[in-house]
Amino acid sequence: MKKWIAGAALALTAMTGSAMAEGHGDYPERPIMLMVSYGAGGATDFQARIVTMTAGNEDALQMPVAILNKAGAGGRVGWNWLAQAEADGYTMGAYNVPHFIAQSIEGGVDYSTDSFEPIANWGADPAVFVVGADSEFNSMADVIAYATANPGGLTFSGAGLFVGHHIAALQLEKAAGVELAYIPNNAGGAGAMQAVIAGDVLGGVNNLSDAFRAREAGSVKILGVFDLERNAFIDDVPTMIEQGFDIDNASVNYRGVMVPAGTPQPIIDHLAAIVPTMFENGRVASRMAAGGSPLLVMNRAEVQEMWAQRQVTLEALLADL
Amino acid sequence: MEFLYYMGDVFTPINFGLLLLGTIGGLILGATPGLSPTMTVALMIPFTFKLAPEQGLILLGAAYTSTVAGGAVSAILLKIPGAPANIATTLDGHTMAQKGEGAKALQISFIASAIGGLFGVFLLIFLTPVLATWALAFGPSELFWLAILGVTVIGTLDSSSVVKGLLSGCIGLWLATIGFDDIMGAQRFIFHSSVSGGINVIPALIGLFAIPQVIAMFAKGRSNVDAEIIVVQRHPIGDAFREVFSRKRALAIGTAVGSIIGLIPGVGGQIAGLVAYDQSKKMSPESAKFGTGHPEGVIAAESANNAMVGPSLVPLLTLSIPGSPTAAVLLGGLLIHGIFPGPALFTQYPEVVWPFINSMLIGQILMCVFGLLIAGWAANVARVPRAVMAAVVLGLAVFGSYSVGHSMGDVYVMAALGLAMYFLERFGFSAAPLVLGLILGPIAEANFMQGAMIANATIGQMAYFFTGWLNWLLILIVVASVGYSIWMELRQRRYTTKEDAQA
Repeated sequence: MKKWIAGAALALTAMTGSAMAEGHGDYPERPIMLMVSYGAGGATDFQARIVTMTAGNEDALQMPVAILNKAGAGGRVGWNWLAQAEADGYTMGAYNVPHFIAQSIEGGVDYSTDSFEPIANWGADPAVFVVGADSEFNSMADVIAYATANPGGLTFSGAGLFVGHHIAALQLEKAAGVELAYIPNNAGGAGAMQAVIAGDVLGGVNNLSDAFRAREAGSVKILGVFDLERNAFIDDVPTMIEQGFDIDNASVNYRGVMVPAGTPQPIIDHLAAIVPTMFENGRVASRMAAGGSPLLVMNRAEVQEMWAQRQVTLEALLADL
Repeated sequence: MEFLYYMGDVFTPINFGLLLLGTIGGLILGATPGLSPTMTVALMIPFTFKLAPEQGLILLGAAYTSTVAGGAVSAILLKIPGAPANIATTLDGHTMAQKGEGAKALQISFIASAIGGLFGVFLLIFLTPVLATWALAFGPSELFWLAILGVTVIGTLDSSSVVKGLLSGCIGLWLATIGFDDIMGAQRFIFHSSVSGGINVIPALIGLFAIPQVIAMFAKGRSNVDAEIIVVQRHPIGDAFREVFSRKRALAIGTAVGSIIGLIPGVGGQIAGLVAYDQSKKMSPESAKFGTGHPEGVIAAESANNAMVGPSLVPLLTLSIPGSPTAAVLLGGLLIHGIFPGPALFTQYPEVVWPFINSMLIGQILMCVFGLLIAGWAANVARVPRAVMAAVVLGLAVFGSYSVGHSMGDVYVMAALGLAMYFLERFGFSAAPLVLGLILGPIAEANFMQGAMIANATIGQMAYFFTGWLNWLLILIVVASVGYSIWMELRQRRYTTKEDAQA
């Protein structure tokens, strides 16, 4: 009996061993973990749960994806962890560009763009400039006119340092050629939005999705989009370029899935082929649209190109700090 | 009275089943150390994907309500506060349990929770538009003074002397500075990778309260195995109701403080219980009894932390700003069904909002009923032999700390802080002021920095922090609170008591 069990065990090991050797043919054999470097309930967490809800389908990964929150220090805790995580294909992570790239340029973290391999992008949430509903400002020109008259006196909020909002603020300051007072908020985008609505600050940079909701609620006006094109959710709001400011899409908050560098190439290829189609699922799209979250699916090659571009732009922008 | 019109929706078979599920599940998860209300609600979100919007929100509303109250169970029986809201409950609640009055402590905590909770939800129902403007009145300068008001509580909270209370508060404030500073972008005191994200409050809470107790239990358990078996006294539920209603002052202070502070985005839920506890202690003629198993302590703390539930949702439902982490999770629960909170919410989706609010109302009552049912039985936890108890608490402490971020780093933080706290307690220091420092530090600092940055860009710091009636009101209360502490200290040099805190 003992012999029989030992034989069976040996055979089993041999089988799994050969399967692995033949290029991970059975991947995935168990549920996959997706690390989100922000707390439960945040925009990234919320969207990650939506875009992975169809992972168990026949035409997708055929295995569920479990979300694991590792929040702290503006995402640094989670990405530090992911950079060291086991690269076996069962550990994935959600990325936020430009956040993690800007943080790696700033230093003090254990990762850079080389630490991760992108799989696919699911969303793009541009930054917008918001002011309170009763503000005297009605366009970016009004805002900059005030800032020119009161150098350093235009207070505006955003969700912390080295995040999309901060990048947008730096770009605005540079493009307009005036000194502004960027007030980073420690309570994230929600805290920054509250500061605008309550009138603690004169304006703010915030996520398009949150600003869209706040405008629906009648609490803010949206004056400009920090992106190359207008957005379908708020197509009446002009871009910064339209208003005469040379600002590109470097601050757009791209969200997507990546794996630690060193993950076997066959697994990366498998994921890169399937994950984008999973994001394009009709149910995912309708849920994302319902929540006011812009969906933008990009494949691995496109994301690689986007990362490389951001690395260059951000290095130049942050060098002046 | 629109909410009454939709009351029937809560009692359809499926909805009421979900309400029961949320309440019972919430109580159990809330009583589990480390599973804060935020995390419990987040865990339930995936189940709402498949439900109709109002059904999902009934589940979430009931779960939110009962996890806040469920946290009192582990606070009273195990001295592990499930969330910052339950810290104040441990101070008198656990002492009561040790005296064999666990059943009584649990009963009055559930009754006080339900009363505070119902009041809070009624505020949400009737006064939402008024409260929304009040929530926005707190800018950086007001929040800074509010945090300072919290700091003044530190000296008088559960220590053998004011100086020791202040010292442990300072340790807490220092611990709070560890990690990345979101405003200036500096990295501070990151001497080990476990603390790179700062000290997480939940593992710190578990370590500071539970571990010293575990060590003490192991130490005592060895010396005399079968000494002092606690007789758990039965306590009729009717007596518990009479007890709660005879302590009107504590109940009123707890409910009022919880409702007012709960409304303030970002601050409320964490300190409502402690501020209410401190205020009822200062205003009580029996203030010396606080900390020795006085029912008023439990009543004030628990009525406050449940009264906060309703008002804490005001900024979310009216302004679309999630005022607390739990509100942020609930926002996700709304968005997933394409429902945007805001002033139009009540007119556009009344069939969703009112059942949600009603579910919190009915949830409070169900929570109280179930809580009272289990109280007598759960109190027997106090009879478990020390060595077994210590092992169980240690296990729960490790589980609770790990589950916060799935990280051993948090477990190390919990263990290190717990071990240090064991020795600090030997010298008469106490965990409560330390935790308060840890919670208030970031609030005070961040708001001061933001306020200073705004002030420098506009009207100057003196003008910014010292104008406006709300600033002056808060400053006045701060001065009064400090003055009262000094006066009490001079009147009765209370250096000697509190030996029992080390038990």
